[in-house]
Amino acid sequence: MMRRLAPGAALSAVFVIAALLSFLWTPYAVDGMAIANRLQPPSAAHLLGTDHFGRDILSMIMVGARTSIAVALVAVGIGMGLGVPLGLAAAARHGGLLDELIMRGNDLVFAFPSLVIAILITAIAGPSAVNAIIAIGIFNVPVFARLTRGAALALWSRDFILAAQVAGKGRARISLEHILPNVTNLLIVQGTIQFSLGILAEAALSYVGLGAQPPIPSWGRMLADAQTMVAMAPHVALMPGLAIVLTVLGLNLLGDGLRDALDPKLGEGRA
Amino acid sequence: MLRYALNRLVSLGLSLIVASLVIFLVVEVAPGDPASFMLGINAQPDTVAALQAELGLDVPKWQRYLTWVGGMLTGDFGTSYTYRTPVSEMVADRLWISLPLALYALALSTALAFPAALYAASRRGRPGDMAVMGATQLGIAVPNFWFAMLLVLLFAINLGWFSAGGFPGWDDPLAAMKALTLPAIALALPQAAILARVMRSALIDIMAEDFMRTARAKGLTRSQTLWRHGVRNALIPVLTIIGLQFSFLLAGAIIIEQVFFLPGLGRLIFQAISQRDLIVVESVVMLLVFAVILVTFLTDLAYAAVDPRLRRRA
Repeated sequence: MMRRLAPGAALSAVFVIAALLSFLWTPYAVDGMAIANRLQPPSAAHLLGTDHFGRDILSMIMVGARTSIAVALVAVGIGMGLGVPLGLAAAARHGGLLDELIMRGNDLVFAFPSLVIAILITAIAGPSAVNAIIAIGIFNVPVFARLTRGAALALWSRDFILAAQVAGKGRARISLEHILPNVTNLLIVQGTIQFSLGILAEAALSYVGLGAQPPIPSWGRMLADAQTMVAMAPHVALMPGLAIVLTVLGLNLLGDGLRDALDPKLGEGRA
Repeated sequence: MLRYALNRLVSLGLSLIVASLVIFLVVEVAPGDPASFMLGINAQPDTVAALQAELGLDVPKWQRYLTWVGGMLTGDFGTSYTYRTPVSEMVADRLWISLPLALYALALSTALAFPAALYAASRRGRPGDMAVMGATQLGIAVPNFWFAMLLVLLFAINLGWFSAGGFPGWDDPLAAMKALTLPAIALALPQAAILARVMRSALIDIMAEDFMRTARAKGLTRSQTLWRHGVRNALIPVLTIIGLQFSFLLAGAIIIEQVFFLPGLGRLIFQAISQRDLIVVESVVMLLVFAVILVTFLTDLAYAAVDPRLRRRA
């Protein structure tokens, strides 16, 4: 169990700490251009090298982590904030009109290729980190609604819920006091996975120019800028990409590890 | 089965209606009138009005919606505001890049995932399994557009085996397929990782079934059992995932096309967005959503054909 949890937690922690640290300190200023220093390979002065404006790539990655984490975190928050109540309500009124409406709505959102709609939203409303958050967040809603509903439905047939009903508690109160605490583990695990997907989505959106706008550094845009220079200075493209891969890998391992830790019924070695 | 199919068909129709409404509304609330955008800020009001009338923008929104949907149903996607050519022609040209790319990637992803999953499942818990699982864990974490850049760096710039981008057209099918190879690999890798994990799980579940033990008991070897009885049963969940992946591949193609400068639907949609060519944006997005809803519908049907329990549940 610890095999995945520990490295996952460590990798994720590195990036969260780098992002937080960037508020106080970065090796160099990210808006400090020094054209004379452009496209320097990694060295003692610039651990990860410099980009086409001579900016320090390590500093850019640290500040970029802030953007990625903020966008993905708020998007997960939107997904949970709307999806969990919807899922709870659908399960509490299982088979009713509300359930049907919520699930059909979910199916519909699922039918849209998420990236296409994210592109549509950010393109229409203007490219910005906020619009990227909204676009990614909308697609987290059905994920959490479906997960919560499924888990809650299984709980509604349990004896302790029956006992709560007999005790005279209403559906809303049972959902909040008994169902929600019992689905929290699942939500944490899914939250971690959606968080990592959010980081990938944010990177893709900023890569095509629809995410955070200059001068806010973001990993996706660093890659877009690097694209034409990949032959001259491969490190410019390698470093931000590695940052994305390691963060997403860390979060995925953390999610898997948490799932194993929180749900011992799932044996080792299952996907 | 017929009742189930009809039920899904109604659901398909409703999804398409709601999807078209959502797309139309999202695009319509966009600030900026295409006519004034095309004519620039110094345009006279009467010129703008004339162009609006020409583009059919002067009628009420509901009427425009009906015209748009009615046109789509008959294959008339309207006329591009910027290029003044039928959208259906523009889409058809681009589709011949995006669709083969998505299918190529789907084939690659399946071809990669199946052997990997079989190998891992047959060596569950052993180093071979762990190596495959580790590789898929990495595959899921890699952004496909970054992987694409690495492929360009290695195979186009350093080795010179492929061109770094562009598309020669289908006149020379071999050259065309070659131009789509690196993009298809970049698209396929993350999907192959997901597919391999799902298939490995499915195979491991199947291997715990009684009929697998029976097959072993009657003298089949481990790999014979896996091939003859395991794979066939594991295919059911795997087919669903393959169906779902189609939408990821289509959407992913939009991003990957940017890396390789491929003139597919992705480039069309980004161009149209920057030129406020709303009718093109609406139509391309609607087409993509239609493709996804249709594939989901077909997957549902295929699933029901294979597993009779699903028909009754509907």
